[in-house]
Amino acid sequence: MEITVLKRKLISHLMLVISFFTAMYGLFWLFWILGTLFINGFRYLSLDLFLQDPTPPGIEGGGLRHAFIGHFFITFLATLIGVPIGICAGIYYAEYGKNLKIFMVFKNITDIMVSTPSIIMGAVFYALIVVPFKQFNAFSGILSLALLMVPVISITTYEMLSLVPDTLREAAYALGAYKWQIIKDVTLKSAKFGILTGVLLGVARITGETAPLLFTAFNNSYLSFDLFKPMASLTVTIFNYVMGPYDYWHKQAWAASLFLTLLVLILSLFAKMIFHKKG
Amino acid sequence: MRKLSHYLEILIKYFLCFWAIFSGLIFPFIVFFLLFYESRLAIKHFGIIKFITSQTWDPVTEKFGGLAMITGTIISTFIAILIAAPVSIGIAIFITELAPSWLKNVISSAIELLAAIPSIIYGMWGFFVLTNFMRNYIEPALQFFFVPLPFIGKFFSGVPTGIDVLTTSLVLSIMIIPFMSSIVKDSFNLVPLVMKESAYSLGATKWEVIKDIVIPYTVSGITGGLVLSTGRALGETMAVTFLAGNVTQVPTSLFSPFTTITVALANQFTEADTPLYLSSLFYLSLILFVLSFILLTFAKLLILRLQKKWK
Repeated sequence: MEITVLKRKLISHLMLVISFFTAMYGLFWLFWILGTLFINGFRYLSLDLFLQDPTPPGIEGGGLRHAFIGHFFITFLATLIGVPIGICAGIYYAEYGKNLKIFMVFKNITDIMVSTPSIIMGAVFYALIVVPFKQFNAFSGILSLALLMVPVISITTYEMLSLVPDTLREAAYALGAYKWQIIKDVTLKSAKFGILTGVLLGVARITGETAPLLFTAFNNSYLSFDLFKPMASLTVTIFNYVMGPYDYWHKQAWAASLFLTLLVLILSLFAKMIFHKKG
Repeated sequence: MRKLSHYLEILIKYFLCFWAIFSGLIFPFIVFFLLFYESRLAIKHFGIIKFITSQTWDPVTEKFGGLAMITGTIISTFIAILIAAPVSIGIAIFITELAPSWLKNVISSAIELLAAIPSIIYGMWGFFVLTNFMRNYIEPALQFFFVPLPFIGKFFSGVPTGIDVLTTSLVLSIMIIPFMSSIVKDSFNLVPLVMKESAYSLGATKWEVIKDIVIPYTVSGITGGLVLSTGRALGETMAVTFLAGNVTQVPTSLFSPFTTITVALANQFTEADTPLYLSSLFYLSLILFVLSFILLTFAKLLILRLQKKWK
């Protein structure tokens, strides 16, 4: 009797120790990746990286000013297009579609679209915009990122609006408010931090995306603001530089990666902070 | 004034409705239809069965078959899930059952940070750091232990280069651990406390509670998490592009370079110079889209089932 109890206790402890090690295993990779990134990134970080345009290939020096600006430009415009669409869809699912089965199906499809491979978006907008214009262009890249973030934002908006208690809505109805007034003044107002979290997470997601830009916005060695010409982005530039043969390209890629990762990490931490502060 | 509000009511309703239908029906349909339309040439030329069973991928003679890419995608995803599943379940157990409350938040936020790192960073880090480490230390050690064994031995044959199935799957597994563990953790939290407490009061140990109460109760959530991460891993592009080696062949060993659907797309899309070539690439993306859509639907249904049960 004693022995079996001991054995059960031992097995229990053993399994718990193993689960402790799995958590350490996860942290191990996190620290290894971030550690390498920080060490190499900081070593090669310089002011020139942000202020200089690239030199001709093979000649050391230069920076990635064009990619930083292009990346910001693309992300900003994609956010501008994607966020309103996502929020509108989310509002409808939560406020009007809750009791309509067909809209709940649409909501679930949107939820599935959150995880569709991002490279598919690139292929779709290649066919939709690049082919008719016969040229890689920034516009197609912007649209592919925008539509990549629509599902993310509409699902978080839906979930945040669902958390708003129905009593609030009913109180407003009792005062004789129209539904759009309730949405504007009651539900959106009380869910605004949650929705902001969703927006930040969506921006964080598209900031780190490379695959949809590979054959839409493509790449450009020069600073460009033309929507119908190829435009450089940080992620595609990192991809090309890592695959390239020059040592100084690799160094610049490390520094740019550090910047990109910090940006995404800060965005997602910020999102979480806002969410918790409100909760 | 009253009239205006009334019209606004209708206007806003239909405006919101349009975007809801757009994101839930029109856009997914456009994606599917467009991929289908663009790949019509390849579908007509090679059919379905012939395309997915042929290994030849030759742009010069215009003979295209997707077997190497499809098997590459499936094998690398499968191995990644094999590595990530036990680890994720372990992490979820640690966070929900074991860790003191101050450590809980620290660990789960740290694991979630793994999800925030852009995939190109995983690829770059893997390419510069992990491949060297795998080539010099891990892979020779694995060969030393496993090559003499019968059956398993041949999966470890070949020259370790670091750019191969094993490294790719390892990096993929690190990328999906945060998704999987957070879903498993959420479903563990759905287990009613009463059930656990009654098991404890019968004298069960912590592990027995987990094994006999928590895991059976949440099995559909765990499976949902597994399938959802499978869908994620299938479509992962950048990390895999750096690490797979882009050799169009069906991998025979853990150490052979290979290719996946996403790698083929990322590398060849801009090079496709003939209509049939481009169309075959669209065919591959159609296959990827359909495959991941089916998997994700399945995952969604499983997770919904668990939530319904809880309600």
